[in-house]
Amino acid sequence: MKIVSLCGLLGYGYSETALEAAFAEKVDYVGVDAGSTDPGPYYLGSGKSFTDRGAVKRDLSLALPKILEQKAPFIIGTAGGAGSQAHVEWLLEIIREIAAEKKLSFKMGVVYSDVSKDYVLQKLDAGKISNMSDTFPLDRQAVEESSRIVSQIGIAPIVELLKQKVDVIVCGRACDTAIYAAPCIYEGYDPGLAFHMAKIMECGAMCSEPVAAADVMQAYIEKDWFQLRPANPARRCTVARVAAHTMYEQTSPYLIFEPDGVIDLKDTTYEQVDERTVRVRGSKFTEAEQKTLKLEGVRCVGYRTICVGGIYDPNTISHMDFIEETVTNFIHESASVTPDNYHLNFRRYGDANSNMCVVIDVVGKTQEIADMICALARSRMLHCDYTGRKSSAGNVAFPFSPSDIHVGEVYEFSVFHLADVDDLNETSAVRIEEVIA
Amino acid sequence: MKLIDTAKILRSKNAGPLYITYDIIFENAEQMKKIYNALTKEQIAAAYDVDVNSITIIPYEIVDSIKITFPRKMVSGCIREDDVYGCQQHMPLANLEVNV
Repeated sequence: MKIVSLCGLLGYGYSETALEAAFAEKVDYVGVDAGSTDPGPYYLGSGKSFTDRGAVKRDLSLALPKILEQKAPFIIGTAGGAGSQAHVEWLLEIIREIAAEKKLSFKMGVVYSDVSKDYVLQKLDAGKISNMSDTFPLDRQAVEESSRIVSQIGIAPIVELLKQKVDVIVCGRACDTAIYAAPCIYEGYDPGLAFHMAKIMECGAMCSEPVAAADVMQAYIEKDWFQLRPANPARRCTVARVAAHTMYEQTSPYLIFEPDGVIDLKDTTYEQVDERTVRVRGSKFTEAEQKTLKLEGVRCVGYRTICVGGIYDPNTISHMDFIEETVTNFIHESASVTPDNYHLNFRRYGDANSNMCVVIDVVGKTQEIADMICALARSRMLHCDYTGRKSSAGNVAFPFSPSDIHVGEVYEFSVFHLADVDDLNETSAVRIEEVIA
Repeated sequence: MKLIDTAKILRSKNAGPLYITYDIIFENAEQMKKIYNALTKEQIAAAYDVDVNSITIIPYEIVDSIKITFPRKMVSGCIREDDVYGCQQHMPLANLEVNV
């Protein structure tokens, strides 16, 4: 069975040559991961995507007609970058737009994976929440302050939709592996191999050389092994690359934790089949006695305004500690709000031997407070006097006008925990939509 | 000798919002074993100012490498965050002195 990964992240791009090559053969399933927590908590909080709409549309427009022509179900994980309902709707709108433009009709399954605060609080009260790290426990306040909470779905809801013969599946927040493992497990392949293959495929051509998240990857799964071969003839998979990629951004190189269980890679072997192909065997799946789903939530902690400046005078750079202290004290004394209303942080890049970049970073309880504190810090820093100062016209080179930049809401992770579940479908809601050109 | 001078690849990367993981890939198995035996959790704990018990060091023989993981001090994207993707956190490790 042949599975195609369009690229490591929907909207990061892929080569058309590679796409053509991948679809020159019969393709059984196609997947693409469309989100990640790597870019931080902002995107889940704001409901926006870190990927660009135009780029996402390009990646889908080229592939969708070929996918539908081959009748290969297409699974998209973590729609809109963070996978909440707002993100899913954003992606659905793009898909409907493409369908209208390209005159495509198909059956589309949608999986929502948002969870309510009450759901999380009930789990917490029942002792069914466990920490991913002891450094990050969960309390009721963090849940209550959350602006959005999603669950990372596993394969279960995707398998449900595959049974209903949909053409396209758009998932809310999903485990990266679920995208590629679900069709294999649905078709009866070994879950150990399916999940390991999925872990590699979710990054597109990252497991090949020259390395690239932004290109098409192909996997072939059989009873006792799976094979990886990049679609782009200019790339190749090697044992070293594939094995090295298996440990990429994982806490352990030998264990992959999934909602359904754990994949053990201690006995996994890698074999170079031909110049561009690697075969993998021996990855083992053990079903977990207690199934878990990962919950992700964020809360708004303020509003940010920043100002970027350059300092080229070594004398000024050597007085930066003094300047920061003077500016901070000045704001404490003269601002109309008390310091508990904002965080003021001077971020310095470079040192006395080079040019220095300083970023005045203010997070205020409101955007108005952040603007005011940033403006005061900027003007005071520009004209701050210090012993032996000769460049008395100004301390900072501002590259931009306006100098102060509104960054907007600041979110932090409030929930990143595992919930014990009885049913792996309990956090997801599934619906089917007929898209008609 | 500095750890960076013994390695082919030495990198850091977030593994979810709560952890940073460090991969050191060596030229060969012999070099990997030498460093694995010489490198201590205490050294790493001191370099990063973290709890020694929170550190895991796992040898990954297939690609002559060592994986080190511990919780990140600042949860991804918090107000004082300075490296969301965690991909520039490797310098304290790179500069560790190893006796080989």
